[in-house]
Amino acid sequence: MARVKVESTWYPLEPEESVLDGLLRQGVAVPHSCRAGACQSCMMRGVAGNVPPTAQSGLKDTLKARSYFLACMCKLPEGTGLEVAGAQDLRVPARITAVEQLTADVLRVSLEPEAPLDYRAGQYITLLRADGLARSYSLASLPREKHLELHVRQVPGGTMSGWLAREARPGEQVALQGPAGDCFYVPGASEAPLLLAGTGTGLAPLYGIARDALEQGHTGPLFLFHGAREPGGLYLVETLRELAARHANFHYRPNVLCGGGDGVEEGSIEALVRTILPKRPLGWRAYLCGNVEGVLSLRKKLFLAGFSLKDIHADAFLPSTPPGGPLAGAA
Amino acid sequence: MSSVYEQLGGEPAMAAAVELFYRKVLADDRISHYFEDVDMDRQAAKQKAFLTMVCGGPSHYSGKDMREGHRHLVKRGLNDIHFNAVAEHLQGTLEELGVSADLVRQVMAVAEGARADVLNR
Ligand SMILES: Cc1cc2nc3c(=O)[nH]c(=O)nc-3n(C[C@H](O)[C@H](O)[C@H](O)COP(=O)(O)OP(=O)(O)OC[C@H]3O[C@@H](n4cnc5c(N)ncnc54)[C@H](O)[C@@H]3O)c2cc1C
Ligand code: HEM
Ligand code: FES
Repeated sequence: MARVKVESTWYPLEPEESVLDGLLRQGVAVPHSCRAGACQSCMMRGVAGNVPPTAQSGLKDTLKARSYFLACMCKLPEGTGLEVAGAQDLRVPARITAVEQLTADVLRVSLEPEAPLDYRAGQYITLLRADGLARSYSLASLPREKHLELHVRQVPGGTMSGWLAREARPGEQVALQGPAGDCFYVPGASEAPLLLAGTGTGLAPLYGIARDALEQGHTGPLFLFHGAREPGGLYLVETLRELAARHANFHYRPNVLCGGGDGVEEGSIEALVRTILPKRPLGWRAYLCGNVEGVLSLRKKLFLAGFSLKDIHADAFLPSTPPGGPLAGAA
Repeated sequence: MSSVYEQLGGEPAMAAAVELFYRKVLADDRISHYFEDVDMDRQAAKQKAFLTMVCGGPSHYSGKDMREGHRHLVKRGLNDIHFNAVAEHLQGTLEELGVSADLVRQVMAVAEGARADVLNR
């Protein structure tokens, strides 16, 4: 039997059970959402004992060095014990400053952290409500801007998104953890063609990355494909058109599955992306964000089209998965 | 004599070979379904382990590991057709990298030697 210790109590783990599932099963509150190693909301810190390296995959080196790990990815070898603590030290208190409706089901949430957050445009943070409910969201803002900006899709029956839409008021106290993720612009090869593609609120990080790249003097072509089911699902259209008018190398390509026209293309985002790719996309870099199936499918298509894996930065917005539930709640 | 792994250029060469090989495998409908991991980086790491092993690089897999590692795939119908397809792409990858015919033959012999274990026979 393996076991895990929290605040002076040892909790036994069942064979193959993760630290997160074992603690939740025995009534210990640990923030969590995807249970698949993608959102980083279940971060904990090892205090004594060995943290398995697989539980630290995707974490920044500075966090690894301080024994932080993802509880949902942490399975302990039989007969071993691990003493852990929560990740309170990594959290910054913040205040919601505004909640606006961008489309019928997308909200813009503005936040002001108590201490400045050191992040790169396009990374994501975990938003924690006072009761410990945790969900991750990509940052649409730039580090030089005063407020953090999130784009949150209202999921039917969604706990966090429903609360943000209906109950959260300006002034509300929350906490932030992060930033995390490697979906951000890296200066260097400033002539490299950049492909940014996402559907729905996948635009949030892409909006940040596009503006960041342009401000850092990127000279290569920058294609932003934003897809929605129908025109009502697109947002920031005028803002992005103005940005395109000011930068000749920025190509904004909004698209919908039905009801196109008036500068909005009709078709699948994958088919449209394919029309701009050269035969050999040498030196291209891609940023893919949003809906899980869409991101994974496009990532595979780009790899097959010749992109190197290290040049594809992808953030799939994995939904929350309840303990005992299917691994991909999005099926 | 040094291994094919060393002659190819060691670890960095494997990293380059992985992308070529993985692309061929994913584009082949006969076998792609075995490799559709949600996490492409993790899959790529496994392909690297495969290439390192057959090229005689530092590898610690035993025949027993090969049996166990592929048992769940055999349950899903893994057979000679799939094995031959993987072997074909392995050969194609090495040839594309300019490996001499002699060395390619060596690697293919190592791969062939793993057939019984991989297919759990
Ligand atoms: C790295 C990362 C970045 C993210 N960035 C953003 C972002 O910028 N904007 C954004 O809107 N979201 C983003 N998400 C998703 C976000 O974290 C939440 O999962 C989402 O807001 C739903 O939370 P909720 O509490 O409202 O709904 P929940 O209460 O978690 O969900 C309610 C029910 O709906 C299901 N469900 C939720 N989402 C989906 C879905 N997409 N498809 C199918 N079923 C679903 C759940 O499984 C559950 O059964 C991101 C996720 C990750 C991992
Ligand atoms: C020469 C024959 C083969 C050798 C030497 C070999 C070697 C390996 C090795 C070393 C691993 C382990 C990687 C790791 O977990 O770190 C592995 C995993 C794997 N192999 Fe093979 N392999 C062979 C043939 C095949 C064939 C024919 C298929 C299917 C068509 C296949 C599919 C897989 C898959 C899907 C995995 C990952 C398993 C998982 O994710 O659980 N292999 N192989
Ligand atoms: S990373 Fe562990 S719950 Fe999402």
